[in-house]
Amino acid sequence: MAKILILLAHPFLERSKANQILLDSIPNAEDITLRDLYELYPNFTINVKLEQSFLLEHDVILFQHPLYWYSCPPLLKQWIDFVLEDGWAYGKNGNSLRGKKWVQAITTGGSREAYQKEGFHGYTIDEFLLPFKRTAELCKMDYQNPFLVQGTFHLKEEDFQRESIRYKKFILNMLEANHG
Amino acid sequence: MGEVQFFLQAMIYLTSAIIMVPIANRLGLGSVLGYLIAGIVIGPFVFGFVGSEGKDLLHFAEFGVVMMLFAIGLELELSLLWRLKFWLLGLGGLQLVLTTFVVFTCSILFQFSWKSSFALGLILSLSSTAIVLQTLKEKGLMKSISGQASFSILLFQDMAVIPILAIFPMLSDREISTSEHGHSLVDHLPGYQKTLVVLGVVIGIIFIGRYLLSPLFRLIAKSGSREIFTGASLLLVIAISVLMGSVGVSAALGTFLAGVVLASSEFRHELESNIEPFKGLLLGLFFLSVGASMDIPVVLEHPSKIVGIVFGIIFAKAIVLLLLGFLFKIPLDQNLYMALALSQVGEFSFVLFGYSEGLGVFEKETIVILVACVALSMALTPILLLLYEKTIFTRLQSKAPQSETNGKIEKEENPVIICGFGRFGNMVGRFLRSNGVGITILDYDADRVEMLGRFGFKVFFGDATRLELLESAGLEHAKILVAALDHPERQQELIRNVKHHYPGIQILARVGDREEAYEFKEMGLSYIYRETRETAVTLASDVLKLLGTRSYAAERAKNLFLAHDDETFQELFSLRKDRVQYISLAKQRNLELERLMFVDLGKEEELSRDSWSEMERM
Repeated sequence: MAKILILLAHPFLERSKANQILLDSIPNAEDITLRDLYELYPNFTINVKLEQSFLLEHDVILFQHPLYWYSCPPLLKQWIDFVLEDGWAYGKNGNSLRGKKWVQAITTGGSREAYQKEGFHGYTIDEFLLPFKRTAELCKMDYQNPFLVQGTFHLKEEDFQRESIRYKKFILNMLEANHG
Repeated sequence: MGEVQFFLQAMIYLTSAIIMVPIANRLGLGSVLGYLIAGIVIGPFVFGFVGSEGKDLLHFAEFGVVMMLFAIGLELELSLLWRLKFWLLGLGGLQLVLTTFVVFTCSILFQFSWKSSFALGLILSLSSTAIVLQTLKEKGLMKSISGQASFSILLFQDMAVIPILAIFPMLSDREISTSEHGHSLVDHLPGYQKTLVVLGVVIGIIFIGRYLLSPLFRLIAKSGSREIFTGASLLLVIAISVLMGSVGVSAALGTFLAGVVLASSEFRHELESNIEPFKGLLLGLFFLSVGASMDIPVVLEHPSKIVGIVFGIIFAKAIVLLLLGFLFKIPLDQNLYMALALSQVGEFSFVLFGYSEGLGVFEKETIVILVACVALSMALTPILLLLYEKTIFTRLQSKAPQSETNGKIEKEENPVIICGFGRFGNMVGRFLRSNGVGITILDYDADRVEMLGRFGFKVFFGDATRLELLESAGLEHAKILVAALDHPERQQELIRNVKHHYPGIQILARVGDREEAYEFKEMGLSYIYRETRETAVTLASDVLKLLGTRSYAAERAKNLFLAHDDETFQELFSLRKDRVQYISLAKQRNLELERLMFVDLGKEEELSRDSWSEMERM
């Protein structure tokens, strides 16, 4: 059994149906810890030591966030900047996160087609997520492919239901994955 | 009188005062009556510790009255007068005129001469500033409608004393000068010239006060020590008294004017605090000697007469006030309160009686009886008010919670109730309202309630510590109660009530300081807000910015500090009974905080290592 830390970063959760649905589909389990970053740090002053202690206690770090301007919302970026300290997460003696899984659950307004070479945005999601991938690598973490819910602007009720089930399964799978 | 004899006298006076005044205060009678009773007790008719020198003392102690008027003058700022002009002139002026007229008519019916009647009317129209203001302050009603109205009336009366003093010589049947001013320089002048001389002196004082005193005080303040300034303040009062005495006018008038002139100077508070102790003691002495010189046998000869007069006065004054309150649209409960509060005759009447005795306006015996009546009317005030509060007042209040709300608070069903809408509650309310949260507001300050009503806030008047009021404000429907009352005791009472009867309601309370916060936490509250915390830290973080720290760093420092302060509070809470441990932990936490800040602001050398460039070279 792996322990999962879900870090939710959404500045307007009250307006995002997709993210609310995803949030509701997270199973209640002892090995899952949910931390709602915008709820915890509305003033952007992150408690670094506390965050690091949570990281140490879990095997899978799941970042759930919307894609804003091809990246994550600012508080998550701030979290990355502050919590992944030199000498702790990377660099000399920075081995605290070695072997832990890094995974993102991302909602995009644009459709899957838009994020293609020949689509509206001209690049794939993977290309946009390169900085995250590199960050995970530098922290000696195991970068996993992201869980994507795309085209949220056009999703119908039944689509949401489908995505909800898919997310639940995704998390349970990771929970059961043999860690190590 | 030998020296030992003098000190013995002083001992007797002081001892009696020290015994009687606290007792009177405890009984809610006020210190004026305490002094009076003490005076009667040591006077020739009870214990006889002091005898005939009561009269001489009276003259000396009148100086306390002089100082009181100086202090009143100092209080009279023009801006305040301007703000209250409507009530001051309307309510105050009419009160004086009407009461004087009523008393005048009555005493004419009792075969007094018109001059004496007029004098009596003026004397009895005054109320006791000392008693009323003290009562209002103690009850926290200074800012209520009745408080403001009472204050305006008293202020007008205080000002009216000056012309009254000037008129009195003209009401004298005898062409004699006052005995107490010794030989005055204007004895030989006829009445109208006297008045002219007085006017001249008054104008002189105004000019001197305006253009000479402030520079003089500035000089003393710069070069002298504190006690020299005190000496100068005293000298000023004494000099003016002597000057006024030499033209045969009451010294009180002169010092009052000097006070008014100096009210706008920067030395106002300094003068006030310098004169204060002298004023207090001398006034005490004055009331003592009034008590000591009271002719008890004469009083005892006419008990029914005195009782009749006392109730007659109280009734007449209260009726006049009620009428006026009605005219000025003061709510009934407040109006009644004001009428009763101001129904006694003021301490200044003792001065005027003494003054008129010298002028021969009244018979000696009349004065004795009247002085007794005045004292009794003072004694009755606290009793009357107490009775009123216990009976009618509360019933009126719960029935008519102010303003346009007809009768009672209609069933409110807002999720949030805010108790206390002063500085603090006001901000809370405005914020919540601007975010569309339904709030019910309770406040115990009638004025504020009325004013907020004009701003479109629906505020209910009432004492939030009363559970029935809270219930009619919809407590059972509320989820949250914001306790923002001014007094910690009342806050605690409110919280205890709500916690006990409605444990499901979340209480968020405002507190003053850390100690208070501990007490509230002890009561089981988890949402406690120290009033000045965030504001102070915000200011401090702005100081950081002004000293060159970048905004975001200062913001982080602020948040770190607050978070740390919260943690410390929780930790120290458990230790607060053990002083030694408490202090050592507090120190330790402070050091910790300093270290934290240093790290966050990047002032530690070891953090300056640039690991990125190092790694790239690897």
